[in-house]
Amino acid sequence: MNTLSSTQTQLPLEPEAGRRRLSTSKAIVEAIAQQMHTDEKVFVMGEDVGAYGGIFSSTTGLLDEFGPERVIDTPISETAFIGLGIGAAVEGMRPVVELMFADFFGVCMDQIYNHMAKIHFESGGNVRVPMVLMTATGGGYSDGAQHSQCLWGTFAHLPGMKVVVPSNPYDAKGLMTAAIRSDDPVVYMFHKGIMGLGWMKKNPRSIGAVPTDAYEVPIGKARVAREGSDVSIVTLSLSVHHSLDVAEKLAGEGIDVEVIDLRTVAPLDREAIIASVSKTGRLIVVDEDYQSFGLSGEVIATAAEALPGGLKHVSRVAVPDVPIPYARDLEYAVLPTPARIEAAVRQAVGQ
Amino acid sequence: MTVQSVLSEKDKLDLLRMMVLIRTFEEAILREYHADKSPGFDIGAGLVPGEMHLAAGQEPVAAGIGAHLSRGDAMTATHRPHHLAIAHGVDIRKMAAEIFGRETGLGRGRGGHMHLFDPEAHFSCSGIVAEGLPPALGQAFAFQRAGTDRVAVAVAGEGAANQGAFHEALNLAALWKLPVIFVIEDNDWGISVPRSASTSVPSNAVRAAAYGIPGTRVEDNAVEDVWAAVGEAVRRARAGEGPSLIEVHTLRLWGHFEGDAQGYRGDLEGVPGRDPIPTYHKHLSDAGILDTATFTEMGAAASATVEDAIAFAKSSPLPDPADALKYVFTEGARS
Ligand SMILES: Cc1ncc(C[n+]2csc(CCOP(=O)(O)OP(=O)(O)O)c2C)c(N)n1
Ligand SMILES: [Mg+2]
Repeated sequence: MNTLSSTQTQLPLEPEAGRRRLSTSKAIVEAIAQQMHTDEKVFVMGEDVGAYGGIFSSTTGLLDEFGPERVIDTPISETAFIGLGIGAAVEGMRPVVELMFADFFGVCMDQIYNHMAKIHFESGGNVRVPMVLMTATGGGYSDGAQHSQCLWGTFAHLPGMKVVVPSNPYDAKGLMTAAIRSDDPVVYMFHKGIMGLGWMKKNPRSIGAVPTDAYEVPIGKARVAREGSDVSIVTLSLSVHHSLDVAEKLAGEGIDVEVIDLRTVAPLDREAIIASVSKTGRLIVVDEDYQSFGLSGEVIATAAEALPGGLKHVSRVAVPDVPIPYARDLEYAVLPTPARIEAAVRQAVGQ
Repeated sequence: MTVQSVLSEKDKLDLLRMMVLIRTFEEAILREYHADKSPGFDIGAGLVPGEMHLAAGQEPVAAGIGAHLSRGDAMTATHRPHHLAIAHGVDIRKMAAEIFGRETGLGRGRGGHMHLFDPEAHFSCSGIVAEGLPPALGQAFAFQRAGTDRVAVAVAGEGAANQGAFHEALNLAALWKLPVIFVIEDNDWGISVPRSASTSVPSNAVRAAAYGIPGTRVEDNAVEDVWAAVGEAVRRARAGEGPSLIEVHTLRLWGHFEGDAQGYRGDLEGVPGRDPIPTYHKHLSDAGILDTATFTEMGAAASATVEDAIAFAKSSPLPDPADALKYVFTEGARS
């Protein structure tokens, strides 16, 4: 278990607002392209990653730039091509493999959690698997129970893979750069709602300032997305956008909300959680994944273990334990919407 | 590269020598495994704990493959991996140490007998039936992309040929003409389930046709026929002609795992007579290639190698429980 370190965790600063603004999807593509230019061992593989450019635009333009030898469309054989990525990584290549939707892990999880994640350990550290498994998550657009799940808690539960979940273009580029350069397997989970796609409702925060040069956002480090003193919202991915919107709205009423963007689920930045909750004494976890047995409980346990008796409020806004419904009103009844987050904050501060 | 299609007398003796080495290793593990599990049988007890799948009887497959592979070639094996590891040149001392769960083992005692990884030999295993096949594709892909003629051999049991991973792997390997040789060890059994109750076709070799690649079945556990079939498949793969599928009708001489009473097995009576080592020994003796002194020397050399490895394992330190959390991640080091 992590203990609270004596020095405050250094969190990277918010990016300088540069002139150049990119959507999250373009930021991801730029990170991959830069690493492909730098390192010939990097290649991209998956379903519809070539001419289509990725169903959620995570590989747009890469085929034109790098050709079919390095941007490779696969058959719909997730077990075979994820396994292929593992073997190529074992031999020193650096595959970026896309699993079209995280929901599809059921047909290929053995390669992911028994092979990709365990080979380094089982080999006593003698074999490395420097691979990125990138996958789309999340709902909010009526894609139903098999195409709308977040599932990061499921991946993060299983040891041996790092799990990163960006919320914005700056982090998306920096985390992808770090993931490709990492010698560990990294599961890179992007919410469709943060990509800035033209064909899906989007929050303005899905387009933002992104430096041109390559840079890394460190894996395992959360970010204080908004400083505040009354209540800590610990959250990630699209829910960061909603939480910031709510925080800005409530600031006008004198409620000062701190928003922690986890950015990485595994390894979890427990120090950042503890530091924030030590300050505010109130914790709300906002998570679009299923509520029970997952990330929200882990965050609360982290705070409770470190600050026994130090918590004035604990609650969570997550998907109650039901499959994601299809009908819009039903779906929005279970997602962590701004309205649910706002109600939780008001309750936390006693309004 | 010229391709050898005829076995010399020395090659034949080498095949037998490899089979003897493998059997000697498996017999030594059998001895050590059972040495301290009594009274009764406690699978988790003793110097060698856990499930133990030994490959006695399947030596011809390993010897016939190993003879064609060089240092840079890759192999992925199964839950029953020792014979393949030995024939592929995995360090036998480190392998024994891993089986004994020692810090000097291939995986520093973190892997165990079903999870042997030797990066120098490009050797790995999987304990999940058929799931060792897809990573072999990636090794072959890396070799192909690097412009080498290196190949990957992916081995699975006949039970594994009914898994989805097997079919996905064959399709993709064929589609991308990857230098892979798929070898199925048909030992008639998937634990207690006979092949007739698991497999819709009499020979898995016919399944190759579904992917447009050559399929061959080797009968009678015949080591020279394995050698010939693998030789052609390796030649094809090295020449860029893509993957092949070979099924070998082999023999599980012992139980599925140690402690298996094999009450389900009606063919047990005939099993000893099908042991491939006496069979090939006799074949070479009858042909005038092998004399008693040479065979005795093979056994002695194998014993020396194996007992040295067992002694190395037993005298090696156990992992420190304080290190139980190590090796989940690479801890920042970059290559
Ligand atoms: C996916 C999966 N299912 C089941 C098992 C349990 N299991 C281990 S070995 C085995 C039989 C495998 O038969 P076969 O592939 O013919 O190999 P053999 O044991 O005969 O060498 C089974 C069912 C497993 N390890 N993995
Ligand atoms: Mg079998």
